[in-house]
Amino acid sequence: MQVFKKIGVGLAALLASLNVYADYSWNFPEPVTPMALDTLHVHNKFMIITAIIFFAVLAIMIYSIFAHRKSKGYKAVADKAPSTAVEIFWTLIPFAILLLIDFVIMGIPAYHSVVMMEDTRDQSNMVIKITGSQWRWQYEYLDGDAKGIKFVSNLVTTDDQLHNKAEKGEHYLLEVDNPLVLPVGEKVRILMTASDVLHNWWVPQFGSSRVAVPGFIRETWVQVEKAGTYRGQCKELCGKGHGYMPVVVNAVPMEEYKVWVAKKQEEQKAASEVKEMTKEDLVAQGKTVYEKNCAVCHQVTGAGLPPAFPALTGSKIATGPIFGADGKYLKDSHLDRLLNGKGVMPAWKATLNDTEIAAVITYERQALGNAATVDPIVQPTQVKAARE
Amino acid sequence: MATHSENQYFVPHGSIYPSILSAGLLSMASGFIFSVATDRGGKSLAYLEGPGHWMMYFGLAVVVFMMFKWLGTVITESMTGKYKSWEDKSFRWGMVVFIASEVAFFSAFFGALFYMRVLSVPDLASYAPDITPYKDFLAVWPSQGPGGHVLGAEYTPNPAFKPMHWSGLPLINTILLLTSGATITWAHWGLIKNNRTQLIIGMFLTVALGIAFLICQGMEYHHAYTEMGLTLGSGAYGATFFMLTGFHGFHVTIGTIMLIVILLRCMKGHFTPEHHFGFEGVAWYWHFVDVVWLGLFIFVYML
Amino acid sequence: MSTTTVAHHEEHSDHPTGIMRWLTTTNHKDIGTMYLTFSLIMFLVGGSMILGIRAELFKPGLQLMNPDFFNQLIGVHALIMIFAALMPAATGFANWMIPLQIGAPDMALPRLNNWGFWLLPPSAILLTLPFTLALFGIGDGALATGWTFYPPLSVQGGIGVDFAIFAVHLLGISSVMGSINIIVTLFNMRAPGMTLMKMPMFAWGWLITAFLLVATIPVLAGAVTMLLTDRHFGTHFFDAAGGGDPIMFQHLFWFFGHPEVYILLLPVWGFIPQILQTFSRKPMYGYKAQVYSLWAIGALAVVVWAHHFFTAGMPVPALLYFMYSTMAISLPLAVLFFCWIKTMWKGSMTFETPMLFAVGWIILFGIGGLTGLVLADVAADAQYHNSYFVVAHFHYTLFAGGIMGIMAGVYYWLPKMTGHMYNEKLGKLHFWLTAISFNVTFIPQFFVGLAGMPRRIPDYALQFAEFNMISTIGAFILGLSQLLFVYNIISCARGGQKATDKVWEGAEGLEWTLPSPPPYHSFNEQPVIK
Ligand code: HEA
Ligand code: HEA
Ligand code: HEC
Ligand code: CUA
Ligand SMILES: [Cu+2]
Repeated sequence: MQVFKKIGVGLAALLASLNVYADYSWNFPEPVTPMALDTLHVHNKFMIITAIIFFAVLAIMIYSIFAHRKSKGYKAVADKAPSTAVEIFWTLIPFAILLLIDFVIMGIPAYHSVVMMEDTRDQSNMVIKITGSQWRWQYEYLDGDAKGIKFVSNLVTTDDQLHNKAEKGEHYLLEVDNPLVLPVGEKVRILMTASDVLHNWWVPQFGSSRVAVPGFIRETWVQVEKAGTYRGQCKELCGKGHGYMPVVVNAVPMEEYKVWVAKKQEEQKAASEVKEMTKEDLVAQGKTVYEKNCAVCHQVTGAGLPPAFPALTGSKIATGPIFGADGKYLKDSHLDRLLNGKGVMPAWKATLNDTEIAAVITYERQALGNAATVDPIVQPTQVKAARE
Repeated sequence: MATHSENQYFVPHGSIYPSILSAGLLSMASGFIFSVATDRGGKSLAYLEGPGHWMMYFGLAVVVFMMFKWLGTVITESMTGKYKSWEDKSFRWGMVVFIASEVAFFSAFFGALFYMRVLSVPDLASYAPDITPYKDFLAVWPSQGPGGHVLGAEYTPNPAFKPMHWSGLPLINTILLLTSGATITWAHWGLIKNNRTQLIIGMFLTVALGIAFLICQGMEYHHAYTEMGLTLGSGAYGATFFMLTGFHGFHVTIGTIMLIVILLRCMKGHFTPEHHFGFEGVAWYWHFVDVVWLGLFIFVYML
Repeated sequence: MSTTTVAHHEEHSDHPTGIMRWLTTTNHKDIGTMYLTFSLIMFLVGGSMILGIRAELFKPGLQLMNPDFFNQLIGVHALIMIFAALMPAATGFANWMIPLQIGAPDMALPRLNNWGFWLLPPSAILLTLPFTLALFGIGDGALATGWTFYPPLSVQGGIGVDFAIFAVHLLGISSVMGSINIIVTLFNMRAPGMTLMKMPMFAWGWLITAFLLVATIPVLAGAVTMLLTDRHFGTHFFDAAGGGDPIMFQHLFWFFGHPEVYILLLPVWGFIPQILQTFSRKPMYGYKAQVYSLWAIGALAVVVWAHHFFTAGMPVPALLYFMYSTMAISLPLAVLFFCWIKTMWKGSMTFETPMLFAVGWIILFGIGGLTGLVLADVAADAQYHNSYFVVAHFHYTLFAGGIMGIMAGVYYWLPKMTGHMYNEKLGKLHFWLTAISFNVTFIPQFFVGLAGMPRRIPDYALQFAEFNMISTIGAFILGLSQLLFVYNIISCARGGQKATDKVWEGAEGLEWTLPSPPPYHSFNEQPVIK
C-alpha cells in the first residue's frame, strides 16, 4: 500500500500548504483588501474542515483495508439490522454534524462575506467604470477631481517575448502601458461593463472578481490597504486574446494620487484638442496606435490572419473612398469600419480619440504596403465632424 | 402473471432504418450549416451555399423517407399481431416519457420569456442615465429592447411595432384547439364502443380543426410581418413570441400529419376497442400540444 | 425457481454478419458493445487533444499552436470527453447489464436503442469535422468558446459553433432516446418478483439518471436553438440591445449542466457498491439509504445550477440560496460514502483490479467532492471561479469519479462480457500508474489555481511555470498508461483464460447466473425473484 502513503504524504503537504501562515504561492496570494482577507479566512477554514473530514474517512478506510482482508484470514461479518431506535440515532447524529458543518461552521462566515462582498455602495468614496473589450481594459473615473479621466490599458509584452524569441521580463504577460491608479485606503465602487463579449475583471489580491456583461452594469468594490502594484488577468474566455488581457493596478497614497490625477487631466486635455496635422506626423503616430491596438488581429505587417481577420494590405476598404460627394463618410468605408466596427472587428469610437483614429487610418492607407490615392489622409477634424 | 403467450416479448429483427436516419440527420445538419455559413464566415464561404442547400434537402428527404419506412414496419408488426399487452405497455411508458421531454423543451422557451420579462428588461431600464447606453429605455412589456450596438451589428427597434392582441385570431385558435381536443376524445369513445362512424367523423373533425388552426396561424404571422412590424427580430418580444408559437405550430403540424395517418388507418379498420395504442399515442400528443397552447395563450398573448 | 418463457425473437437463424450486423442490430449486447467501443475510441481522441494543450502549457511562451486553436482544443476535448466518452460508456453498461441484472429478454424498445447509438458517430463527426474543413481553408475550425458556449462569444464565432450546436442536438436526441428505453425497460421488463426496491443499485442509478436526462437535455437543446437563431435569424435572446441577456444563456446551460455532472456519476454510484460488495464478500450496506440518497441527489441536482456563475452578478438572496442548496448536496453524498465504507468494513476483502479501482475511486472522488463543497462558498468562489482550482476539482470528479469508476466497471464485467479473464498483473499496473500520474497531473493545478492562474489561457505568467511542467509530465504518463488499458481489453476480447460463470467469488446478482459470455439471447426463460 505504498501509494496510499504517497498520496497521504502529498495530501499532508497540501494541507500544510493551505495553512494561513504558509508560503502564499501555494495558496491565495497575500490579501490587500478587507474582502480578500475575509475570503482567505473563509477559504482556510473550509480547507481545514474538509481536510479533517477527508483524513478521518481515509483513516477508517485504510484501517479497514489492512485489517479486513481475506489474505489475513479475516472472515466477513454480516451487518446486523440495527433496532429502529439505534438506526434513528445513527442517522440523526451524522446528519446533525453535517448540518452543523455545512450551515453553521461554514455557512455563517460565508454569509457574512457574501453580504460584505455585495455591499458596493455603503461608504464608497469614489466610482470608476471599467469596460472590457477584446482584448483590453478601459478605465473611466466618474466623480471627484478625477472625473472625466479615461484611458485604455493594453498589454505591453512584445510579440518576440511571446514566441520565445526574446528574454521574458519579470512580469511577463502581466504588464500594461496604462495601469489603473487608485488611492490607498479609499473604498472604490466599481461599475463593470463590456463592449463586445463577456470578460471578467480579476485581481487575486483584491478578492473581487466580476463578469463584465455587454449592455449591463455589474458592480463590485475594492479598498486597497497597502500601496503597491497588483496584477491580475481577465478570467472569462473572451476569444483568442483572452490570455493577453491583464489587469494592473497601482495603489498609491492619496497625495501621489492627486498629483497623478492632475497630470492625467492635463494630458487628456492636450490630446483631445484636434488640429490639422501633416501626413508624416499622422503616419508616425498611427504606427504606435496600430501596433498597440490593431496588430493583435491584423498583424504588424497588415497581412491579417485570413479568413478570420482580413488583410489590410491591398484591402478595398483600406484603399477605397471614405467620403462621399456631400462630405459625409460612406457606409462600409474605412472610417465607418473604425468608428462602428463590424462582427468581430471592434467599434473604436469610444476607445480612441479623434487624433488617434485619424492617425491610424492614415497609417493604414499610406503604410502596410498601401498607398491610397483617393482620400489619402484623414484629418482629426474630419473624424471629429464624422462623430457628429 | 399472465398467460404463456402473453409473456412472449417481441424483439424485432435488425433494422437498417435507424442508422440511415442518423446519416440523413447528419447530412441535413451539415447542409444547413453550409447554407448559412456566409452569415458569420464572411463572403469567403459563399460558395458553400449551393451545395449546402442540396445536402440539406437530400438529408431531409432521407429522414422523411426513413420515418415512413420505420413507422410503416411498426404498423405492419402491429397489424400482424406481434404486439401484445406487454409490448403495448412499453409503448405507453415510452410515449409518456417522450412527452415529458417535450414539456422540458418548451419550458426552456417559457423560461426565456419569464427571464426577459421579469429580469433582463427591467434591469436594462434600471441604471442611472449617466452610466448606461440605454438612457430612455423603459421597462414595459411587450418590449423590443432598447436598441443599440452589439458585436458590430446595429439594431433599432421598429417604432411601428405592435404586440399581438389575444382577442383576434389567437382566441379563435384557442377555440379551435380546445374543440379539437374534445372531438378526438369523442372519436376515442367511438373507438371503444366500436362505433366506427363516430370514430371516423371524430377523427375527420380533429384533422380539419388542426388544419384550420395552422391556416389561422399562417394568417397571424403574415399579419404580424406585414402590418404590425412584429418579426423574429423584434427584440425580446419578437424572439419569444415567434419561437414559442413557432415551435408550437411545428408540433401542431407534426401532430396533424400523425392524425391524418391515424385517420387513414381508422378508415382501413386498423384499430380494435382493446388494441389501439397508435391511436392513443397520437391522442396524448395532441392533448399535450393543446395544453402547451393554453400556456402560450395565457403567458404570451394575454398577460 | 419457476420460469416463464419470454423472448420471442424474430428469425433466430439469420443474423447478418460483418458491418451489417452492427448497423442493423437490435440486440442489447451488440449495442452495448458498440457504445463501449465508441466510448473508448473517443476517450483516446479527447485525451490526445488535451495532450496537445498540456504540451503547449509545458513551459511559458507560445510553442506549438496559436491561441485560437488552443481554445478549439479545450472546448472539443471537454465535449468529447463528456458526451462521447463518459456518457456512452455508462449507456453501454446500461445496455449490457440492465437486461441481465433485471432478468429481461432485451431492452424494451430495441430498434430505438439501435438509433440511440447510431446518432453518436454523426455527432462525433459534427464535432471534429470543422478541424478538417479548416485544413482545406473552409471556415476557421471548431468552436473556440470552451464547452460552455457562452454568448456573445459563441454568437461571434465561426461555423465551428454551428457544428457544435447540431452535434449537441443529435447527442441530445440520442440521450433522450436512451433514457426512454431505460425507463421503460426498468418499469416494464423486470423479472417477476423483482420489485423496484429489489432492483440492483446500478439500475437505480440509471433510472434517476434517465429522469434527469429527460428533464434537462431538452432545456440544453432549447438553449442552443436560441443561440442558433441569434446567430442566423436575427433574434435577440442573448443581446442587451434587444432586451435579452447573455447571462440568461448561462442559466439555461447550467440548468442542464449541473444535473449533467450527476448524470455522469449516478450510474457509477450505482455499480461501485456492487463491486465493493463483491470483493468484500458481504452484502451491500444500507441499500434503502442509498436509494433514497440517489433520489435526493437527483432532486437537488436541478435546483442548484447558478453556482457556476456566482461572479456574474446576482442579488444577495439568490447567491445565498444557491450557496446553501449546493452545500446540501453533501448530505446525501455523505450517506453514500458512509454506506460504501460500511460495506467494506469487516468484509473479507481481496484487491483484484476492479476493487483497486473502486477503492482508489472513493478516495479520489472524495477529494473532488470536498473541493466542490468548498467551491460552493460564494465569497471564496470569486477567487476560485474560472481558475485552475476549478479545473482540478472537476477532473477529480470527472476523471477520477467518472472515468476511473468506469474502468472499475470495465474490469469487473469484462470477463462476463468476453468470456475471458483479463491480465490481472497488467490491470494492477494500469491502476497504480493511473492513480499516481493522475495525482501528479492535477494536484499542482490546485496550487496554481489558488495562486491565481486562470483557466483557458494558452500562456501564463512565469510564477506558474514549475507546477505546469509537473502537470504536463503527469498528463503524458497518464495518457501513456491508458495504452495498457487498451491493450488489456483487446487481448482479453481475443482470448485468454476462460472465465467461469460467476467470475468473482463474492459476486451476487442475476448477471452472474448466466454463462460467460452470455448467449446472444440471454433470458429465454425469465427468472422469478423471490
Ligand atoms: C461528475 C462531475 C462533478 C461532480 C460530481 C461535482 C460535484 C460537485 N461540484 Fe462540481 N463541477 C464539475 C463537475 C462535477 N462537480 C464541473 C465539470 C465543473 C466546471 C464546469 C465548467 O465551468 O467548465 C464544476 C464546477 C463546480 C462549481 C463552479 C465553480 C466555478 O466555476 O466557480 C461548483 C460551485 O459550487 C461546484 C460544486 C460542486 C459540489 C458542491 C459538488 C458536490 O456534488 C460534491 C458532493 C460530495 C462531497 C461533499 C463529498 C462527500 C464526502 C465525504 C463527506 C466523505 C469524504 C471521504 C473521503 C475523502 C474518503 N462544482
Ligand atoms: C470526462 C471528462 C474529462 C476527462 C476524462 C478529461 C481528461 C483530461 N483532461 Fe480535461 N477537461 C474536461 C473534461 C475532462 N477532461 C472539461 C469539461 C474541461 C473544461 C473545458 C473548458 O474549459 O471548456 C477540461 C479542461 C482541461 C484542461 C484545462 C484547459 C484550460 O482551461 O486551458 C486541462 C489542462 O490540463 C485538462 C487536462 C486533462 C487531462 C490531462 C486529462 C487526462 O485524464 C486524459 C488522459 C487520456 C489520454 C491522454 C488519452 C490517452 C491516449 C493516448 C496517449 C493514445 C493516443 C493515440 C491515439 C489516439 C492513436 N482538461
Ligand atoms: C478583435 C480583432 C480586431 C482588432 C483588434 C482590430 N480589427 Fe480590424 N477587423 C477585424 C475583423 C474580424 C474584420 C472583418 C470585419 C468584417 O468584414 O466582418 C476587420 C476589418 C477591418 C477593416 C476592413 C478590412 C476589409 O478589407 O474588410 C479595417 C480597415 C480594419 N479592420 C482596421 C482596423 C484598425 C485600424 C484596428 C485598430 C485600431 C483594427 N482593425 C483592430 C478584427 C479586428
Ligand atoms: Cu477578456 Cu478574457
Ligand atoms: Cu455544478
